[in-house]
Amino acid sequence: MIFSFDLFLNAIVSGILIGAFYAAVTAGVSLSFGILDIVNIAHPAFIILGSYIAYIVNVSLGLDPIITSILATPAFYALGAGIYQIYYVSFEKRGQESLRGLAFFFGLLFITEVTLVLYFGVDYRYVEAPYIGPTWHLGDLDIPLRILVPCLVSLLMIAVLQLLLTRTFIGRAIMAVAQDQLALKLLAVDPVRIKRIAFGISIATASLAGAFLIIIQPVEPSVGREYIGRVFAICVLGGMGSLPGTVIAAMLVGIVESLTSTFYGPSWAPAVSFGFLLLTLAVRPAGLLGR
Amino acid sequence: MRSDRFLLICLLVGGAVFAGAIALGNDYYFFAGYVVLQYVVLSTAWNILGGYCGYVNFGSAAFFALGAYSTIAIHKLYPMPIPVLLIFGGVVSGVVGFAMGYLTLRLRGAFFAIATLALAVVLQTLIVNWDFVGGSRGAYIVRPEAIAPFGSYIRYLFLIMMLLAVGAITVARLIERSRLGYGFATIRDDELAAEASGVPTLRLKLIATTISGALMGMAGAPFPYYISFLQPSSAFSLDYAVNSIAMPLIGGTTSWVGPLIGAVLLGSLQQIATVTISSAVNLLIVGFLLVGFVMVAPNGIVGLFHKYIQHRPVGQVGQVGRRRIAADAPGSVSGPVSGPAP
Repeated sequence: MIFSFDLFLNAIVSGILIGAFYAAVTAGVSLSFGILDIVNIAHPAFIILGSYIAYIVNVSLGLDPIITSILATPAFYALGAGIYQIYYVSFEKRGQESLRGLAFFFGLLFITEVTLVLYFGVDYRYVEAPYIGPTWHLGDLDIPLRILVPCLVSLLMIAVLQLLLTRTFIGRAIMAVAQDQLALKLLAVDPVRIKRIAFGISIATASLAGAFLIIIQPVEPSVGREYIGRVFAICVLGGMGSLPGTVIAAMLVGIVESLTSTFYGPSWAPAVSFGFLLLTLAVRPAGLLGR
Repeated sequence: MRSDRFLLICLLVGGAVFAGAIALGNDYYFFAGYVVLQYVVLSTAWNILGGYCGYVNFGSAAFFALGAYSTIAIHKLYPMPIPVLLIFGGVVSGVVGFAMGYLTLRLRGAFFAIATLALAVVLQTLIVNWDFVGGSRGAYIVRPEAIAPFGSYIRYLFLIMMLLAVGAITVARLIERSRLGYGFATIRDDELAAEASGVPTLRLKLIATTISGALMGMAGAPFPYYISFLQPSSAFSLDYAVNSIAMPLIGGTTSWVGPLIGAVLLGSLQQIATVTISSAVNLLIVGFLLVGFVMVAPNGIVGLFHKYIQHRPVGQVGQVGRRRIAADAPGSVSGPVSGPAP
């Protein structure tokens, strides 16, 4: 194969753009898995749910998917808080979170997916928005707006999350709950409440990520599955719960995937992130910016 | 009960089921029964690693598919009888299980589970891109209409799966009652303490992944003959991963009885729901049952049964019941069900 430089450059740029979107997808898992140690493998299913909500509102009211998703965050927050409450009462309190908690989220993933299949079928759905379609050309570079817009909004979302985690009381309490629950109790802060809030926020990010997903590509219910590995690969690679680490890892995975699918063909791309994950887990489980 | 006697009883039960299915006179029962038996093998195999050692494997479908695809590969090179293919499938999946264990078993809990999920996707990508076994287009295996003493071919497949299920259950029960089973239980209950008291945890875990993987591969080996057209998405279907987790958890993970009960109940229920309602709904049922059972009955049907027969409350039933089962050897749990041990 002839190596072409602008093909290479385009692959790198689209990898970075897609990487920012991956970071938005992973941010929720970084919160729940990285900080709270809740292995929410159903997170991609909630993202697909977000995609479908954006789709329904877009088709019926013609509202922009990103605005819809921002409006939907309180509902997702409530959903997340509710799920955490169930999780806490049924598993964490009894100390059975490892095996049965995992199975619980696996079941949730499955229920969400099959329910969506029953209601919407397995057809691919997509949304309409003014920025879907046009492409900016900068010299040899092609930047499709349908990827650029989600990329920018997701970076904004992660910046807001990072500020929330480092600058506010709740955010610091969330970081603290990961380190020492007992100490938090001694300061008269209820760790369960903090975790509920954190898990709610983590699911709320799924609403936005879902909107980004359906802007970038058409969505059908089982698309979420291929994100499970990618999301956890990025989360582990980024160092479990560090948002800046997540962004770096997400862009790395995005670039490698994009190079693979440009030069070897898209059918190899799924193996990349999972290969990454296996390698990271085997070689450096602490991730790039490990705590 | 001694193991040889147990095996004999299992074989008698299996023979009775086979005779019963012949008496019903409809080959559909063999097609449906094959799937149920396949789930008995898969969930028993999953339980050896998941239930005894406490390591959740989300990649059951990958091991199953490896077994199926090794059959395809060998069939293309030199067609051989199914029992031989069974061994090949088992060896391939067992080796991959060993390798996976070696790579990932230093990881605890959730990391291991996620790594198995990752392994499934990597293997699926490899198979999709491997043209020799059909790649993404899939591969055909022409199933002979009939085979000498059994009549139709599906009866032969059914019988093989039945023997495999009996074998898997016997192996699981043997493990439960041996030093190996006790070692597995220490890993499940407290790996650090086990390691500190001299239990060779890494070696035990490698044994568990190898046996579990090999059994799953053996379950997959006859699958191409059953389905006659194999494509990656059907071999790596998430259904196998979900079911092989849901069945032991619904039945009960502490003894060999649990996966058997779970697979027979849930497998039959799914077959009935597929025929009477639709295949999407039957997966929904599995999802709800899984979530419901892990929330309400953490020890599955076997746990409920135990709670029922010893319903004199000893403190808080849920907590105490769980501890007692965890603290006892896994073998003793099955005691009241399978009769008194010598």
